[in-house]
Amino acid sequence: MSGTAAGVEARLPIRSDLDLVWVRQHVRQAAATLGFGLVEQTKLVTAASELARNTLVYGGGGELRAVPLTDGRAQGLRLVFSDSGPGIPDVEQALRDGYTSGGGLGMGLGGARRLVHEFAIDSTPGAGTTVTVTSWAARTPRPREEP
Amino acid sequence: MNDDLSRAGGAPVPVLRLGDVLLVTLQGDLHDGTAEQLRQDIVAAIAGSRVTGVVIDISGVEIVDSFLGRVLAEIAANARLLAAQTVVAGMRPAVALTLVELGLTLPGLRTALSTGAALELLGRVDAAATDGPRREPR
Repeated sequence: MSGTAAGVEARLPIRSDLDLVWVRQHVRQAAATLGFGLVEQTKLVTAASELARNTLVYGGGGELRAVPLTDGRAQGLRLVFSDSGPGIPDVEQALRDGYTSGGGLGMGLGGARRLVHEFAIDSTPGAGTTVTVTSWAARTPRPREEP
Repeated sequence: MNDDLSRAGGAPVPVLRLGDVLLVTLQGDLHDGTAEQLRQDIVAAIAGSRVTGVVIDISGVEIVDSFLGRVLAEIAANARLLAAQTVVAGMRPAVALTLVELGLTLPGLRTALSTGAALELLGRVDAAATDGPRREPR
């Protein structure tokens, strides 16, 4: 199935709201290529949009790396959002619904976590933040891993 | 393709006036800036004419994230302060499922399954206003 993953792997800059559009387009196309259903695509693209906006607004810009995954017959998509911004002092607090430091609805991080199968965040104050999310196409049983 | 995307995302959203209703049709993927601009355009259009209703058709929108959700809620709140009702029409089922999971249920936002149903809803609201007290259709 390696042929179907062509074009999925990518490195995209996140520097402007036009880049957010590119991120959404790429994730949509990559998820469709890997066999994600419409609802799964919508969830993953929405999560990517939230996380890319965090990278832009709070991280001062950064990049997305998209990586196709294979686990047996299951196809997955890993998205890694990284910035070298100020970092998140209290990750647990930032993941709580309603928490916001930027005038949003406070749904970004916690909401994005609910839309994906696996979620990991690594943030160092002063050095930056990396958020890694993974989802699997549903036609085969997906691994249920907690981050 | 870059040019196409710039146009699709960056072009302003047309705001049409049909009698006393503003009709706004969102298509494809909106830039954040375009969504903000739309909010201002709608407020200006309501203030500049005797508009009592705003219908925002999002049937062509593939994703609504918390930013666009917030803009829609703010448009409705702004319109309400200017004596106009807002109905968001045609949300795709996948978008609705995703918004709830995201935690964004937008309680202040009135919705209809289609633009036609939204116009009907606004018509009923007007009729109710002249017929005296009536329960808010939800």
